Amino acid sequence: MATDTPRQTLTTPVRATGSVVGPWRAMALRMEVLWSWYRRYWRANLYSSGLQPLLFLGAMGLGLGSQVKDGSFLGGITYLQYIAPSLLVSGIVATAVNEAGHPVLSGFKWKQDYVAVVATPITPQQLYGAQLLWIVLRLSISAVIYGLAAALFGAWTGPGVLLALPLAVFTGAACAAPVMAFAAVTRGEGHAFVALNRFVVLPMTLFAGTFFPVDRLPGPCLPLVWISPIWHGNELVRAVTLGGLSPLPALGHALFLVAMLVTGMLAGRRSFYRRLVI
Amino acid sequence: MSRTEAGFDDTAVVSARGLKKRFDSFEAVRGIDFEVARGEAFGLLGPNGAGKSSTMRMIACTSPRTGGTLRVLGMDPQTHGPAIRARIGTVPQTDNLDMELTVRQNLQTYGRYFGLSRAHVRDKAVELMEFARLSDRADDEVQPLSGGMKRRLAIARGLVNDPEVLLLDEPTTGLDPQARHLLWERLFRLKQSGVTLILTTHYMDEAEQLCDRLVVMDGGLIVAEGSPAGLIEQYSTREVLELRFHPGTQTRYVSAVEDLAERVEVLPDRLLLYTKNADATAARVSERDVRPLSSLVRRSTLEDVFLRLTGRTLVD
Ligand SMILES: Nc1ncnc2c1ncn2[C@@H]1O[C@H](COP(=O)(O)OP(=O)(O)OP(=O)(O)O)[C@@H](O)[C@H]1O
Ligand SMILES: [Mg+2]
Repeated sequence: MATDTPRQTLTTPVRATGSVVGPWRAMALRMEVLWSWYRRYWRANLYSSGLQPLLFLGAMGLGLGSQVKDGSFLGGITYLQYIAPSLLVSGIVATAVNEAGHPVLSGFKWKQDYVAVVATPITPQQLYGAQLLWIVLRLSISAVIYGLAAALFGAWTGPGVLLALPLAVFTGAACAAPVMAFAAVTRGEGHAFVALNRFVVLPMTLFAGTFFPVDRLPGPCLPLVWISPIWHGNELVRAVTLGGLSPLPALGHALFLVAMLVTGMLAGRRSFYRRLVI
Repeated sequence: MSRTEAGFDDTAVVSARGLKKRFDSFEAVRGIDFEVARGEAFGLLGPNGAGKSSTMRMIACTSPRTGGTLRVLGMDPQTHGPAIRARIGTVPQTDNLDMELTVRQNLQTYGRYFGLSRAHVRDKAVELMEFARLSDRADDEVQPLSGGMKRRLAIARGLVNDPEVLLLDEPTTGLDPQARHLLWERLFRLKQSGVTLILTTHYMDEAEQLCDRLVVMDGGLIVAEGSPAGLIEQYSTREVLELRFHPGTQTRYVSAVEDLAERVEVLPDRLLLYTKNADATAARVSERDVRPLSSLVRRSTLEDVFLRLTGRTLVD
C-alpha cells in the first residue's frame, strides 16, 4: 500500500460526519435553533405576545368593567372575570396569527433560513412541524404570563384556569396551522397579513362572544360566529372557568378546532414542500 | 473525523443520464450526461442561464429532476434526499446565512441539523472560522460583515458536516483577489484530503486552477467536456493574436486578416486571430498594412474555448 503514495492521498475516502435524524429529533433540533435566535431577541417579542393582552385586560376589565354593572349576562361574576378567559383566547390567537404570518413568509423570502435548512437532512415537512411546535411553545409562555398576571387582578374564579390555558393555546395552534399554510403560498410583500388581521381576525374576535355574549347579536350574524375559531375557543375556555356548558356542545367546539388544526397541518406540510422543493 | 479509514471507493460520486429540469413550460436542463469520480474536482461552466445552478440544485437534492436518472453517492435523490444531504455540503449561489445570528452561531446551529452533538459543533465552528479567516469576527453578527466575509462564512458552513462532496455555486463571485487565492488554496487542501468538489464559475482562471475536468453548458445542454488543457487543445489553437482597434472599427479589418488564421473572433474592440504561431501571424498582419492600436500575443485559455463554444465571453 505504501508504494503508491501520491495517488493514495488523493483517494483517501472521506466519511462525512452528518447523519439523518428521526422526525421528532429533527423538529427538536430546529426548535433549538429558533430558541438560540429567540434568546437574542426575546424582549421585543415579549411585548406583543405577553404584555399587550394584559393591557387590554386592565383597560377593558377594570376600566370598562366598572361601567358594566350587573349586566344581565354576568350572573354574579364581575365583568373582569367574564372577559379574562376570552381575552386570553383572542390574545393567544392574535399572537398565533402574527407568528404564523410574517415570520414564516420571511423564512421563505427575506431571511431565507427555511431555504438554508432544507439543504440539510431536515425536510420541509419537519421544518413545518417544528415551526408549529415553536409557535405552540411561544403561545404557552404567553398564556402562562397572562394567567399569572390576570390572577393578580383577581380575574380567575377558580382552578379551571389550569385547563383554560392549554385550551387557549390549542385554539391558537388551530389558527396558526392554516395561517402558516397561507404564508407559504403568499408571494407578495406580506400585505396579505394586514388584510388577514383586519378582515378576518378582527371580525372573528368581535363576533365571538369576546366582550359580550353572542346571543346579543342580530340573527344574521350568527353564521359568522359559528365559523369563528375564537368563538369555539371562547366557549370552551369559559366553560372550564365559569361553567355552564353541557358536554355535547363542548365536544362540538373541540371537534371544530381539531378539524381546523388537522386540515391546517395537512395544507401546511404540503405548501411548505411545494414552496421549498422547486 | 474518520478520514483515514482504509479502503478506496472509485465508484462515481455523481452520475447523471439524460438529466432534465423543467420549470413549468421552460426546460432549463435539457438532458445531460456526466459522471464525477470520487476525489475529483469537477467544474460546470457556461453563460448566464445555461442551467448550471439548476443542475447543482438537483445534485444537492433541493430540487427534484423532471427527467432522466441521477445518482449521488450511489443513491437516488428522489428517494434518499436526506441521506444524501447528510453527507454533502452545499454553498448556494446566493448566501442564505442567518443575518441576525453571529458567525459562530451560524456554524453551530447549521451543524446541529446534521445531528452533530453540541460539543462537536462547538469545536467544528472554531476550526471552520480559522479556515475561513473569520476567527476575529466570531461573535459579531453576520449582517454587517462584508460580502466577501459572508461568502467565506457560507463556504465554511457548507463544510460543517465534513462533507464527502462539496457543491460550490460560484464560490468566489464577489471575493477580492486575495480572498480568491486564499479560497483556492483551501479548496485545493480539501481536494487533497479526498473531498470531491463540484463547482460552477464564471472565472476561467479559477476553472483552470481548480478543476481536473469540466463541462461547458449552454442552453441547458453540455456542449463540451474535458480537462482544461484538453479542451484548449480540442477547441482552440495553441496561440492567439489579439489586435485592438477603436471600438466599432474592428470589423473593417476582418477580410484583410481572415486568411492568416484558422479562425477569427470579432469582439467589440478587438479581433482575435487563432493560430499556431502568433508571432509569425503578427508579422504577416503588419505586412498587410493593418495598423491596430495595439497587439498582443498570448497562449490560448479556457476563455477562448468558451468563446468558441458559446459565442460569449465567460464573464458577462
Ligand atoms: N425557480 C425557477 N422557475 C423558473 N425558471 C427558473 C427557475 N430557476 C431557474 N430558472 C430558469 O432556468 C434557466 C437556468 O437557470 P440557472 O440558474 O440554472 O442558470 P445558471 O447557469 O446558473 O446561470 P447564472 O450563471 O446566471 O447563475 C434560466 O433561464 C432561469 O430563468
Ligand atoms: Mg447560477
